[in-house]
Amino acid sequence: MVKTDTKGIWKVISASSMGTLIEWYDFYIFGSLAVVISTKFFPSGNPTAAFLSTLATFAAGFVVRPFGALFFGRLGDLIGRKYTFMATLLLMGGATFLIGCIPSYETIGFVAPLLVLVLRLLQGLALGGEYGGAATYVAEHAPEHQRGYWTSWIQTTATAGLFVSLMVILITRSLLSEEAFDTWGWRVPFWISIIMVYVSYLIRKRMSESPEFAKAKADGKTSKNPLKESFGHKYNLKFVLLALFGATMGQGVVWYTGQFYAMSFMKTVMNLETSQVDTLLGIALVMGTPFFVFFGWLSDKIGRKKIMIAGMFLAVLLYRPIYKTMYETADVSSKTVAKTESSADLDREKNISTATFHYSFTDGSKATKIISTDLNKMPFAPETKSTIITLSPNDKWLLVFLVWVQVLFVTMVYGPIAAFLVELFPTRIRYTSMSLPYHVGNGIFGGLLPAISTYLVTNAKENGDPEFYLEGLWYPIIVASLSMVIGMIYLDHKKRN
Amino acid sequence: MNFIKRLLGLICILLSVAAAYFCIMHFGLPKFNSGKQDDLVFGIIILFILTPLIVSGLAIFGYFALNGEYDKNKM
Repeated sequence: MVKTDTKGIWKVISASSMGTLIEWYDFYIFGSLAVVISTKFFPSGNPTAAFLSTLATFAAGFVVRPFGALFFGRLGDLIGRKYTFMATLLLMGGATFLIGCIPSYETIGFVAPLLVLVLRLLQGLALGGEYGGAATYVAEHAPEHQRGYWTSWIQTTATAGLFVSLMVILITRSLLSEEAFDTWGWRVPFWISIIMVYVSYLIRKRMSESPEFAKAKADGKTSKNPLKESFGHKYNLKFVLLALFGATMGQGVVWYTGQFYAMSFMKTVMNLETSQVDTLLGIALVMGTPFFVFFGWLSDKIGRKKIMIAGMFLAVLLYRPIYKTMYETADVSSKTVAKTESSADLDREKNISTATFHYSFTDGSKATKIISTDLNKMPFAPETKSTIITLSPNDKWLLVFLVWVQVLFVTMVYGPIAAFLVELFPTRIRYTSMSLPYHVGNGIFGGLLPAISTYLVTNAKENGDPEFYLEGLWYPIIVASLSMVIGMIYLDHKKRN
Repeated sequence: MNFIKRLLGLICILLSVAAAYFCIMHFGLPKFNSGKQDDLVFGIIILFILTPLIVSGLAIFGYFALNGEYDKNKM
């Protein structure tokens, strides 16, 4: 039984959350600076570099995480939680710092993208090991009846890490000229990581081992082979599978739909202005984040299962109407044009004319459409190159609300999940057993969501489906439905620790 | 409830077969033939990571459920 007092738990939470937040920060800055990174390390038009670039995005972001979960999970069950998640922190920090130090493709050629790929893989491995350690460490310090509440603080770190990464990039950009940022300034967010990691390392170093693990170790009850015990024994394997198919798989797709697909949908399908999307997403995330803690707390009172299943059910039920309303909000064909301005340009070398139209609508929305015509080809076939829409304040707030509702679903499924996973497995194999279903559910099922959903939308558009923009939702709806049904029927409220 | 759990186990096994078909024929193989580098990586991940995970995972889960491993007295 855990004896940590409230003050002690706050120390544990701060030390664990800060490290996990920094790991998410490190993981996200690569994505947030993807455009700059691609110009420095993955030159366009070079197929090998493009291949490495895609590999760096997919393999490290999603596929490697379960391997990190296995490697570090095993280590955590053998030598302890504290030293293992300190190792993942240092690995992540070191890899991130080094990405910021690699000379560009122009300087060292193919070694540059290869080094980036290797370091990105190390980042993925570290992230795979971190979360399980932090969640286990906090849960093993917390009183049993408050595990949902205390571990929910860890659950906020993924969203907070995304924020911090965007803020650091924004501040760096604002302090430097555009040229300086492009030349060397983009490296600063990577370098800053090492300072944050060092501070977090010093804090974590002072923390003691988890009391439950320390007791198990003192009693000689730790596992000799956590991998074999977790996945080689039928009794534990069936709970690993249940955790994956009855909880983390559905939670993963709901999370990725609410935070990442929503963003990509607004930018690429609705053609909204990038800064407006970032702003409204940021507002929705800030408004939604406290609910991670609320639903974690509530799960201590009414049970984890009910909240997670309710979150999946609402997501399955409401995704289509939400996305239909979102799409219609930015549908300028239903708005009344108040004013139109246009300009034209001719590229005499290529013989291509470009016309730019600026529309102002009566509701305050604006749209810019760029149409280009290749004058070498007869008959002339004008082609829309881009459309950028800026919504009116009223429409913007409607979108903030619709994204916030999706973030609310995320908090329902994600807030209680750490406590749920911790309680599903005994101390001796907990780190290993809970890390794998979490990272398969989030890294593989969730992580592949943007690519699969975008594929479904593109396919439907090519086939002339009038509601093509809703087709991408079938993936999260089907996966979450399956997970919801399995969770409803098979999950119980027993704690197996 | 135990009967429903076992029945759903059978459905999971059937779903794993359906998932294998869709993952291979509709998502994986077409990506190999598109000629784009991005699609190639995506196809490899679908065929060699996602498909085995879904298919084997669901099949084993279904098998366990069908054999009563998730019955109330065994949980």
